[in-house]
Amino acid sequence: MSVGATAVELTSRPASAAPGTAAADVNATDIAGLRRLVDSARPVDVDRALARAGRALGRQQRLEDMAALLSPPASERLEDLAAAAHALTLRRFGRTVHLFAPLYLSNECVSVCSYCGFSAGNEIARRTLDVREVEAEARCLVDRGFRHVLLVAGEHARIVSKDYLLRCVQAIAPVVPALSVEVQVWDTETYRRLVDAGCDGLVVYQEAYDRSTYAAVHLKGKKRNYEWRLAAPDRGAEAGMRRLGIGALLGLHADWRSEALAVGAHAHALMQRWWRAEVAVSLPRLRPAAGGYTPAVAVADRDFVQLLCALRLALGDVGIAVSTREPAWLRDGLVPLGVTLMSAGSHTEPGGYAEPSEAEPQFEISDDRSPEEVAAALRARGYDPVWKDWQRS
Amino acid sequence: MDYEIEAGDPLVIAGRRFGSRLLLGTGKFPSNNALSATIAASGCEIVTVALRRVDPTAEHDILDAIPDGVLLMTNTSGAVDADEAVRLARLARAAGLPTWIKVEVTPDPRYLLPDPVETLRASERLVADGFTVLPYCPADPVLCKHLAEAGCATVMPLGSWIGSNQGLRTKAALEIIVEQADIPVIVDAGLGAPSHAAEALEMGADAVLVNTAIGTAADPPAMGRAFRMGVEAGRAAYLAGLAASRRDASASSPLTGFLA
Repeated sequence: MSVGATAVELTSRPASAAPGTAAADVNATDIAGLRRLVDSARPVDVDRALARAGRALGRQQRLEDMAALLSPPASERLEDLAAAAHALTLRRFGRTVHLFAPLYLSNECVSVCSYCGFSAGNEIARRTLDVREVEAEARCLVDRGFRHVLLVAGEHARIVSKDYLLRCVQAIAPVVPALSVEVQVWDTETYRRLVDAGCDGLVVYQEAYDRSTYAAVHLKGKKRNYEWRLAAPDRGAEAGMRRLGIGALLGLHADWRSEALAVGAHAHALMQRWWRAEVAVSLPRLRPAAGGYTPAVAVADRDFVQLLCALRLALGDVGIAVSTREPAWLRDGLVPLGVTLMSAGSHTEPGGYAEPSEAEPQFEISDDRSPEEVAAALRARGYDPVWKDWQRS
Repeated sequence: MDYEIEAGDPLVIAGRRFGSRLLLGTGKFPSNNALSATIAASGCEIVTVALRRVDPTAEHDILDAIPDGVLLMTNTSGAVDADEAVRLARLARAAGLPTWIKVEVTPDPRYLLPDPVETLRASERLVADGFTVLPYCPADPVLCKHLAEAGCATVMPLGSWIGSNQGLRTKAALEIIVEQADIPVIVDAGLGAPSHAAEALEMGADAVLVNTAIGTAADPPAMGRAFRMGVEAGRAAYLAGLAASRRDASASSPLTGFLA
């Protein structure tokens, strides 16, 4: 049994990854070995990784290149990394950035996670939107220009139930052309029902890929089952989700480089196994949250830039999202280096757009510009803010 | 010099291990003796024979040239649609031949290009029927994913038109197929020289299938040996990790100036 598994293993939520899944591929990847390559990388390894970025390469080559690009010798050549990442991004994605908005349904949660403002036990104002309120939020976002909405909720299987999620999706799918969910993980059948109701995308952050860290920060609740969560993107893809989002929270595990390598390994495995799906990654840097959490490690701006360049160069086709956790100046600077997805004007509390209340936000945002201000900043840099990129039939 | 491929690097197809990464087609050889000598010189362990060529009643049947220990893979050459390919495969099985089938569906007699739609249909039906299926197919990455999902043991995308000896004209697509594959990729058709075979292995293809360039050479066994060396050199280079060509530096306005 893995470190992060629940004490009682349920057959409906097995604590092991099925063969043939991206989750199994991640488990079979020697992350520690790749991490050692970061420390042993020579300038010539950085040269090679830069030279063959964007070419069709095997999994091991890509992950070894990513390790080289995360290394100290690569750090000394950050401008070279940035130039190569920019060129590759331009070739693959053009001068475009997709905009989306999170729509928080509920901050109710039964899981105890040390880093999250919604964690059960935190004395915060709780709120769950009813379907009418969800519709009002969606219309508000559509009025602001958004056509891609991400539904977010805490983990509460009774209050944020499958049926509740289905009703929310059914209610707003007619007005929102692209709809994703970032909620507790479900089984394939539930994902299939969500897809049938009009949901096209699934976002599941593993939070921490390091198992002991995962076990240490997820103190109570179903979320303690590491493997069941790791395989959620596989289940979503099997159910027909067109977009898959994954990520890790930088700051949970003390070694951000090994977490970055694990995210790269997982993203690559998903792209290989589920070749019809678009895969995007995000590595938010944790900020202090309600409950008094402070991150285990602070990732410096320069390291964060190196990480994103390494991801882009190793995985030329992967989408990269940067949230409003990051400040405006950094988000703007990162756009040419490989960012393809941005949230804008975000509220991380339920009802924050149409009917603000005292409900607690999940985290504090740093970039508080309006959607139109973010779009204007993109245009000023010669980038096209893309609001709509999908229309379900 | 010893050109034996390392025992630690076998080609594994459908759970079966092979020491050689060169597969041989058996058409166009001047004689059974030449074919027999070429099989030995090339070191190949899989040969493919068109079922339509097989005649167990003949005095010198082509099967007589194939030694024990070399896997005979029947091909459906001549089939113009899935129905014909399936029928040929079943005839081969009924004749007691191995159930490894190279699916060839080529409705166009001029370029003998494989039909992607009928190839996929035939492969799905033959997999369901218990055959080990190795389809000859266009160098189309999406088709190769479909063939893998259908349960094929390999994909065999073409390097260029069959018999054309033009080499890897489809290289850009082959690179993507190799990158995406989770089953072996065998580059089949169009390889005209050992250097073409080496190039395919260098880029990560698992094996090559060659016929015309060897069968029509002035000295087929010698050419079979040359292809064997090309395949082994290409594989060794792939495993050794080719040095990448150097990227030109290009000065421009700093992209990380915002960090200052």
